[in-house]
Amino acid sequence: MPITDYSTEMLLHLYRQMLLVREFELRAIAERRAGLIPGFIHSCVGQEATAAGACAALEPDDVITSTHRGHGHLVAKGGDPRYMMAELAARCDGYCGGKGGSLHMTDFDLGILGANGIVGGGIPIAVGAGLAFQQKKDRRVALSFFGDGATNEGSFHEALNLAGLWKLPVIFFCENNLYGEGTPQVKQAPVADLAIRASSYAMPGVIVDGNDVLAVYEATREAAERARSGGGPTLIEGKTYRQRGHYEGDPMVYRSKDEMDAWRDRDPVVAFRARLVDHAGIAGTVLAGIQQDVQATLDEAVRYAAASPKPQPGSALEGVYGNTHGGLVF
Amino acid sequence: MRNITYSQAIYETLREEMARDPNVILIGEDVGAFGGVWGVSGDLAQIFGEDRVRDTPISEAAIIGAGLGSAMMGLRPIVEIMFGDFLPVAGDQLVNQLAKARYMSGGKAKVPVTVRISTGAPGSAAAQHSQSPEGWYMNVPGLKIAVPATAADAKGLLRTAIRGEDPVLFFEHKMLYATKGDVPEDPDFAVPFGKAAIHRPGKDVTLIAIGGMVPRALEAAGVLAAEGIDAEVLDPRTLVPLDRDAILASVRKTSRAVIVHEAHKRLGPGAEIAAMIAEEAIGYLDGPIARVAARNVPLPYSPELENYVLPGAGDIVQAVRSVVQGRL
Repeated sequence: MPITDYSTEMLLHLYRQMLLVREFELRAIAERRAGLIPGFIHSCVGQEATAAGACAALEPDDVITSTHRGHGHLVAKGGDPRYMMAELAARCDGYCGGKGGSLHMTDFDLGILGANGIVGGGIPIAVGAGLAFQQKKDRRVALSFFGDGATNEGSFHEALNLAGLWKLPVIFFCENNLYGEGTPQVKQAPVADLAIRASSYAMPGVIVDGNDVLAVYEATREAAERARSGGGPTLIEGKTYRQRGHYEGDPMVYRSKDEMDAWRDRDPVVAFRARLVDHAGIAGTVLAGIQQDVQATLDEAVRYAAASPKPQPGSALEGVYGNTHGGLVF
Repeated sequence: MRNITYSQAIYETLREEMARDPNVILIGEDVGAFGGVWGVSGDLAQIFGEDRVRDTPISEAAIIGAGLGSAMMGLRPIVEIMFGDFLPVAGDQLVNQLAKARYMSGGKAKVPVTVRISTGAPGSAAAQHSQSPEGWYMNVPGLKIAVPATAADAKGLLRTAIRGEDPVLFFEHKMLYATKGDVPEDPDFAVPFGKAAIHRPGKDVTLIAIGGMVPRALEAAGVLAAEGIDAEVLDPRTLVPLDRDAILASVRKTSRAVIVHEAHKRLGPGAEIAAMIAEEAIGYLDGPIARVAARNVPLPYSPELENYVLPGAGDIVQAVRSVVQGRL
């Protein structure tokens, strides 16, 4: 669909989401260096189009499972940057009250069933959510984000098999960023196109330019329609690139500067901004306004996080079980 | 009261809870048309339909994950892992996902998942179908662990698990399925977690027996009674939470403790219980704490070898004699 067929509102929404994802990551990295954030960060810089495009194709009550590189998914699904930043800062007002951190941020009200610290760990959970939707005849969809590395995990194959068998309303969204931690995808899998793995599980496997937010949106929208109408799951492979290290501080000795430069030339945020100006007739001043708004949102998020109290040590004993309270653990 | 088998007690509870709450579903390998390899789920698929009693592929990780995700979305799934030995196949979903979902989400995730698991040695099933893995998961905060030993406890603990708020590993001992016991008729009969049962009161020694070893401990207590040793047989019924108060009260009364389980001795549930007694009640003890458990080798196939490795009533009698040493 040509870009001119999208509403300006939709295009600006996508741009804002991508920019918020990008700037959230850059701010979190800066605040970690400044000492606000104690834990690791696995940034998704370079993968904004997959997060924003896929989540824009979902309804508010659809659900996602995410990954260790999950900040973008959460932002794109509507996650509040204040609660996210507060969680990264390990504060009481964070999404998990400081018990989860980057890898476990969750917001059930927004359909965010959790980032995940285990590669492939969220995929079977999304299948379970899809099972519940099918069981309750609820026209909702579960989308699981994961990386190329996860497609070599058993959980990926078990989950796709079950979803294909039961025709569950699940979208398996593989962000192929070409690296599983520090090892290139070509050294991890004997196939270049991971989408072909769908054929074993009787579902469509769709390859999409993961740096093209509109292409991601269209592919996900089609998969969501299929899932909602009883047509079962889809595997989407969005080909993209992780511009920064596996984690902040990764020396990245395993890849060349030339390769990184080539992908930065295809930066999804920069490319979409250019398309909006050149092909959708959107004024640069409008985009600059969004930029300012995003920065203000993040300034506020950092202020909120820094002002939030640190948890009382004894509260570590609460919340293990439904009825644990006041230090009662088993 | 009705006298029914342990297996029937579990089946009835499944049927009653599925009839009571449409959000309760049963999924697992061969639970539907087959009726469960141990025959427990029987005709539930005919009664409730194949969408609520679902046969799954042999995919333990997907089974646990499906339970977890569907529980997050409001179902109360009962998932079956055919043999306890297969739990490690689902390791990540069980240990990193199911157990921790509530805690690491800051309480946002509520995951009422009952995982039914057959445990213990059924005889010549060898090393991969005979284990008692309860203790492995005691080291994973977030899971509750039930080890019913009687038909009534199977019924009452399963009802508590299904109606509860947390993931429960519900260990059904294979050699108990055919045993019979009196079960209350109250349709809401439930046994709370963390409350031990005293199956036989006594004053000279406390036998803390788990799961399939409860009948063996009662058998041993009969032999000991003939020798003038009055053994109390205490069944914790759940390992997490553990009824520390009941165990300590009994040990303070008898001054001797022998812990009996079919799991391997090294770091089995008895290690935790013995440590707890030593921490809390060592001054009350008139002798060493003893553990009667499987020897620390994989379970062998040959009946002669298997009998040598597994604990029996004779081993319990011997252990009690050694702890008492004629001094009552």
